[in-house]
Amino acid sequence: MDDSDFAAIWLTLRLATVVTVVLLIVGTRIAWWLAHTRSPFKGAVGALVALPLVLPPTVLGFYLLIAMGPSGPLGRFTESLGLGLLPFTFTGLVIASVFYSLPFVVQPIQNAFEAIGVRPMEVAATLRASPRDAFWSVALPLARPGLVSGAILGFAHTVGEFGIVLMIGGNIPNKTRVVSVQIYDHVEALEYAQAHWLAGGMVLFSFLVLLTLYTFNPAPPGKTV
Amino acid sequence: MDIQARFRLERGDFTLDVELTLPGSGISALFGHSGSGKTTCLRAMAGLERASHAYFAIGHRVWQDEASGLFVPPHQRPLGFVFQEPSLFPHLTVRGNMAFGQKRAACGDRRFSLPTIAELLGIAALLDRSPGELSGGERQRVAIARALLASPQILLMDEPLAALDLKRKLEILPYLERLHEEFSLPIIYVSHSPDEVARLANHLVLLDQGRLVASGPLREVLSRIDLPAIFADDAGVVIETRIAAQEADGLSRLEFAGGQIYVSRRDEPLGARVRCRIHARNVSLALVPQLHTSILNSVDACVVDLAPTDTPGHVLVRLDVAGEALLARITRRSADRLRIRPGLAVKAQIKAVALLA
Repeated sequence: MDDSDFAAIWLTLRLATVVTVVLLIVGTRIAWWLAHTRSPFKGAVGALVALPLVLPPTVLGFYLLIAMGPSGPLGRFTESLGLGLLPFTFTGLVIASVFYSLPFVVQPIQNAFEAIGVRPMEVAATLRASPRDAFWSVALPLARPGLVSGAILGFAHTVGEFGIVLMIGGNIPNKTRVVSVQIYDHVEALEYAQAHWLAGGMVLFSFLVLLTLYTFNPAPPGKTV
Repeated sequence: MDIQARFRLERGDFTLDVELTLPGSGISALFGHSGSGKTTCLRAMAGLERASHAYFAIGHRVWQDEASGLFVPPHQRPLGFVFQEPSLFPHLTVRGNMAFGQKRAACGDRRFSLPTIAELLGIAALLDRSPGELSGGERQRVAIARALLASPQILLMDEPLAALDLKRKLEILPYLERLHEEFSLPIIYVSHSPDEVARLANHLVLLDQGRLVASGPLREVLSRIDLPAIFADDAGVVIETRIAAQEADGLSRLEFAGGQIYVSRRDEPLGARVRCRIHARNVSLALVPQLHTSILNSVDACVVDLAPTDTPGHVLVRLDVAGEALLARITRRSADRLRIRPGLAVKAQIKAVALLA
């Protein structure tokens, strides 16, 4: 393994961490809304969130590339703010990854919120807790298993992405060249030994993540007793 | 400080439409069969259901007045709510659960301390346990303690005993009675159990299919014979007695305004108040004193009124016993044979008395 491999590993971990934090903030809000709304748009929003589960990453990457490009709405917006264009930058990669990993975070959290039901929130309200207070002091602690699952799955899924990285990020060392892309490069260059190290590491990492999830994550989400 | 409530709301094909005035102290029971709207009514009082046409006020404090668009959200209403299931927070200890509402109540409103309430409800030894380790009865006591510690001005209870077996019920009932005796805290209590209502309530509200059937002092409502068969076989009155004597043969003599009755020996001291329930089905009528009978309790009564019951073969007779009301459920044939009619003097024979507390 050489410096470029370690750089790729470091970049991958950094990307996955940032994406996981963003997803926990954004995804929890979406999950809460989906779990409690009676809006007619619930189905449509749920389907949109789940789209990355079924779409090839290249499709999602393609549209994001266009949106972030100089004539796309997102691109015009970032340019008007003086931020330049996002494709082939770390930030662009973060945004794309957030979309791509969204369902892996939203769905476990949404399931946890739905399993809790409205009763604990009603109890909290009769004990003087405002809705915001009850969200922090009751809903989030009770949904903890869902939050843990969502965070782990979001992190692991971001680590493992490839297609969308190629579409949005390209292959720029230290900026957008993540482990999966590095493996691809090694294989193309017939550097199988190096590819083995990285690929084997990914297998081990993924297995450990899932093992942790299945072994230690406390059983079904909390309900009041 | 009366409680004024007026709610009209529709949920699917169910409509709740009630207008109530409840006393600002004591225990008011909302009684009815399932689907009568009693729980919905209670939830509307707490603001957990928002009725489209509604007014709710305790004394001069108005919590909801839809006519002027006023709706105080539940978390800003100083009330305590005990749900049918204890609904304790599993991520907090018993102490954490109890402190949840206490911490959030305004300092100036805090009426009780946690140790006092824990002592009162007999859960002082459980404070560091997690809710999952408690029995059903203990959990419900913690839930009641938690509601009280939020320093409510009114306590709403939605069938707090329904999920418990008889033993646990008997374990909790004395605590409920103490709540009402020790704090001047109005309690609104939803129940479908005639026994619970007869034992606990001072004021009784009968609901049926979302509508108000009757509302008034417990003994007055129970002695009415014009109500639909809401209590069915459980029709009967409640009388307040006191222990007048302990007899040598294992009986206690209870005195009430209308006379005296004998019951199995009670352990309370002389003079202690005992609430009794006399079911209409346990009262029979005779025109002359019966000497050759095993029935011990017989009081002089005067027929006030007769009404049909839910079965065609029976009538319900309302009696006056020196100012106390008594109900008798007898066959129509007997009523005709004895020519039972208003104003007739009779002997009311009481076959059984249920002692409530």
